[in-house]
Amino acid sequence: MGFWDVITGRTRPKQANLDALFGIPSAAITLQASLGLEPTGNGAVCYRAAEGPAFRQTQDDVVALLDADPEAPPVEVTRDEYGYTWLLNRHDPADISGLVTDLHAVNTSLEAQGFGPGLLCSLVPFADAGGRTVGLVYLYKQGTFYPFAPKPGAGRQRDNLLEIQVRDALAGELPLEEDLSRWLAVWGAPGL
Amino acid sequence: MARTRFVGDTGLTARMTAVLFLLGGLFVGLIAILIAVLPLQWAPFIAVIGLGLVWFQWYNSDTVAMKAMRAREVSPQEAPELHEMIGRLCALADMPKPRVGIADTDLPNAFATGRSPKRSVVVVTTGILRRLDAEELEAVLAHELSHVAHRDVLVMTVASSAGIIAAMLTRGAQYGAIFGGGRRDNNNGAPVWLIVLVISLVTYAISFLLLRLLSRYRELSADRAAAYLTMKPHALASALQKITGEINRIPDRDLRASQAMNAFFIAPAVRGVSLRTLTSTHPSLEQRLEQLARIQAELNRPA
Repeated sequence: MGFWDVITGRTRPKQANLDALFGIPSAAITLQASLGLEPTGNGAVCYRAAEGPAFRQTQDDVVALLDADPEAPPVEVTRDEYGYTWLLNRHDPADISGLVTDLHAVNTSLEAQGFGPGLLCSLVPFADAGGRTVGLVYLYKQGTFYPFAPKPGAGRQRDNLLEIQVRDALAGELPLEEDLSRWLAVWGAPGL
Repeated sequence: MARTRFVGDTGLTARMTAVLFLLGGLFVGLIAILIAVLPLQWAPFIAVIGLGLVWFQWYNSDTVAMKAMRAREVSPQEAPELHEMIGRLCALADMPKPRVGIADTDLPNAFATGRSPKRSVVVVTTGILRRLDAEELEAVLAHELSHVAHRDVLVMTVASSAGIIAAMLTRGAQYGAIFGGGRRDNNNGAPVWLIVLVISLVTYAISFLLLRLLSRYRELSADRAAAYLTMKPHALASALQKITGEINRIPDRDLRASQAMNAFFIAPAVRGVSLRTLTSTHPSLEQRLEQLARIQAELNRPA
């Protein structure tokens, strides 16, 4: 916030940064080569649903757009315990760039209707043969990625070692969140 | 092309700027008159002490406020949901996450304080945690985070410097000897200490009213920002209704204890008195709801 914004007590809603998502396909190749983590084909967008008919209309349009492909499984819309909406998109695991294109379509539709400031994060889960899962989370407002790895079968515990390995593997490839306190947990995120 | 549903409130901005301008003018005027009236060696002395007080108040705002409210800081382990809620709002607004505190009082309220966004703390009372549902609590937290983002503690402290110096002088002038005693050039008219007393009293009165006006504008700004951040103006509206409704029913003996902190509270803990519209730190509930309704209309507008 600038000096003038402070004086006048005005915060403009922060607009989302959408383009960094297109770095995910190449990051997926790196994760596969270095850590054996493969994309699950899922991808989710998490946002604040605004109240009122305008947002509902926009969301319906987005879901209709993604469901237009008859071969793809239908999009799942869920609301989490904090009041954020998750839009889960399932894809063929081999077609990660198609998944990213779909996620981008969700973002641009919301943004075009003026709901860009409501976008919180996007999640692309990866899994390895041993059952370990890690979600690559993209923070729209910061324009950075971070890994979120829940420990399988351990309640609400994170596998910090795996997360740090993922971060190190992706350093230089994606903009990664340096502030570890920003690595928000997304327990029970759809698709993870 | 991205569209925005954010509409600025030019009227509010203009009024707030005007008030700040007047407060600044008042400060400059006070200093100018003091330099003219008092012997020269006193002027820098008073300015340094006054500004030092202002600086101290701002620099220690977080610890002082936490102590005054008997609040304690809570870790993410102690209050995971509160932390998570604030963490997500901060990610949404792209601001550093403040510390979180809980005050053990039944008065439903929340406040934010601290010298900068990085060194700030958001405190909620157990009373508010008990009364509001998750959505309403989030709206209240967003309102407090907006105070942090707008640096309201800093702005209000700087704005109050004229008043603080005036109040100091009033006390000093009451012991007229401090300024007037032993002066040789006290030739005609009222003694210097009387002039200083009158000037500082007038300054204090004007700055008091302007500060309250400014405080009300800052509250409206924080409401706006919170509504846009959570995208749920109605959640904030229902939280405000609950909180203000509750406060007016609480007996007076409970209220006196928390008067010192009113400026940073989300809703004032004193009942309306005469001259209320001029001297209250918070805008009326009707005014706040009206603004939230306007924001809701903007969010509802179809493409």
